[in-house]
Amino acid sequence: MTTSLVAVQLLNGVEYGLLLFLVASGLTIIFGVLGVLNFAHGSFYMLGAYLAYFIAERTGSLLFAALLGLPVMVLVGFLVERLAISRLYARDHLSQVLLTYGLVLVFNDLQRALFGNEVHGVPMPRALTGSVALGEMQSWPVYRIFTSVACLCIALLLRQVILGTRFGMRVRAGASNAEMVEALGIDVRKLFSALFTAGAVLAALSGMLAAPLTTVYPGMGEGILIVSFVVVVIGGIGSIKGAFAGALLVGIADTFGKVLLPGVSSAVVYAVMAAVLLFRPRGLLGQPALQR
Amino acid sequence: MRTPLSRRAVLAAASAAAASAMLPRRSFAATKAKIKIGLLLPYSGTYASLGNNITDAMKLAASEKKNRLGGREIEWVAVDDESDPAKAPANVNKLVVGEKVDILTGPVHSGVAMAMMQIVRQEKTLTIVTNAGAQPITGSLCSPNVFRTSFSNWQTSYPCAGVMLKDGRKKAVGMFWNYSFGQESMSAFREGFTKGGGTIVKEIPVPFPTTEFQANLSEIASLKPDAVFVFFAGAGAAKFIKDYAAAGLMEKIPLYGSGFLTEGVLGAAGPAANGIKTTLHYADALDTPANKKFREAFKKATSREADVYAVAGYDTIHLLAQALDKVKGDTSAEKDLIAALEAARTESPRGPFRFGKTHNPIQNVYVRLVKGGREEVLGLAQKEADDPAFGCAMAT
Repeated sequence: MTTSLVAVQLLNGVEYGLLLFLVASGLTIIFGVLGVLNFAHGSFYMLGAYLAYFIAERTGSLLFAALLGLPVMVLVGFLVERLAISRLYARDHLSQVLLTYGLVLVFNDLQRALFGNEVHGVPMPRALTGSVALGEMQSWPVYRIFTSVACLCIALLLRQVILGTRFGMRVRAGASNAEMVEALGIDVRKLFSALFTAGAVLAALSGMLAAPLTTVYPGMGEGILIVSFVVVVIGGIGSIKGAFAGALLVGIADTFGKVLLPGVSSAVVYAVMAAVLLFRPRGLLGQPALQR
Repeated sequence: MRTPLSRRAVLAAASAAAASAMLPRRSFAATKAKIKIGLLLPYSGTYASLGNNITDAMKLAASEKKNRLGGREIEWVAVDDESDPAKAPANVNKLVVGEKVDILTGPVHSGVAMAMMQIVRQEKTLTIVTNAGAQPITGSLCSPNVFRTSFSNWQTSYPCAGVMLKDGRKKAVGMFWNYSFGQESMSAFREGFTKGGGTIVKEIPVPFPTTEFQANLSEIASLKPDAVFVFFAGAGAAKFIKDYAAAGLMEKIPLYGSGFLTEGVLGAAGPAANGIKTTLHYADALDTPANKKFREAFKKATSREADVYAVAGYDTIHLLAQALDKVKGDTSAEKDLIAALEAARTESPRGPFRFGKTHNPIQNVYVRLVKGGREEVLGLAQKEADDPAFGCAMAT
């Protein structure tokens, strides 16, 4: 590979990684703070994409779809947490997995009933349809640059919220010791509810951003869910910074795996995960159990 | 709360179940007035629309024959195969052993078809494959009682090599989903392309069902081939087409593929698909009286547009009708019925159709070009394409 090709592939990897981060960030927060293995996270991603398709097709604007669709997802996230997830905080992971996997099936059938089985395309926003040259043959769609920048902005915003606000402080406190937080007079129920909703909205937002790039199809949530779990495990459960590092690592490993080891490329990401876990069993930035 | 089950109740239930298992499920002593046609097709999941189109087209063809084959009324027995190879043996047995169908038709999924082959080769059930394109069905696993009315994977990809070479493109990159359909398509293309003097610069297998193509697109851009041959289908195809166009490659490196690259995805791919050339044994836009009549009738019956899958279902019944008329509906005359099917001819919506030595269709393969979001027929890629049927004893 020439240097310029390596640079282009690095760019591809970072771009893929940034989108993965946006999906995985919600997953890692919910896992880290609420202690819930949320299989339905992929369904929220899918719902976001379908909402983007559904609204954009009727209004002709992806921005409008996001403005209309995100409040819908706030409601969905809130209801799912209140009606289902909140009842299982005290149970073990197996019950939670069964519940959230059940939700996956429900959402898949809902999608089938509401939107059908066809593959749908979502047009890019008109202002972002251009492209810039990348090397002599390839060009880089402006929309891909836009999604990368958007993901980066959201990452910085998340960091600001977690580290710089009272809400973020409670989240961090809840992550390390929920019982103590409750004893100090903070309503953990409300905190968890808000966090789960935020996670669902983040997943849906990633689905909306990705929709024009990926097209919208049944089962799109499952694929992204598995990679997101890999990202969360590599990064360290509950660590947003870790998810960021993990997402970039997975994005780059996947990209170079496809070019250098095409026959076994699907295994590369998992090999990276295994290697990370061998040396850091709690992930790159995961904390030892005692401190959590 | 649980209701306690008494031991007595359990025993009673168990003995009742045992007794009912001993009863014959149905008496076959009466003369079989109706002809039983088994449908092993997907009615749920990703391929549900394919299963429904095949079924509705078969019923359309049957209604054109007044719902009679060889003078016997048709009884349909449908089983949802869920496109699940693991459930295929049970589903096939349900139709072949349980229902004792006279003729078995289906499936869509090649994995299901392979499991089906194991059983029907043994049971000698007259079987018509209505979609699955796996080579072994009319190749290494071929059998006198198995026919195919759809296509072999070879037929959809080998002719594409010739089209590309005729366009003056001698250096190609191949990219395909790394499972049997993709591998068989790629190897057929490779065979045709290298035989015709072309060079394949690189083959890129993509794990199924991955749809992250960006890394490979950059690789293709750096290789600068004259053209790219791909095998993707469904959602993956729509995504690949959009990515390929968005990367600015469509104008610089023309995209070719088997027809499944563009079947059913033009709506989702939008203008990105313009300029793609594919080869397939059918095109919606084929300008023949038979095709026009068929598409109108299908639309009228289902209020949906017909497609390549429906065509195979439609032809299946018309070919069966011819053969069964010849043997006067006597499905027990196996040899005569097989000989009659071998001799059957039909002016299919896809063009002239007849079975080859291995019971795979001999059919025209067309060049199709996407223009203005619609498929256009440019002409013949290969006239009366006959699958080479590697490994089939019936071929000689």
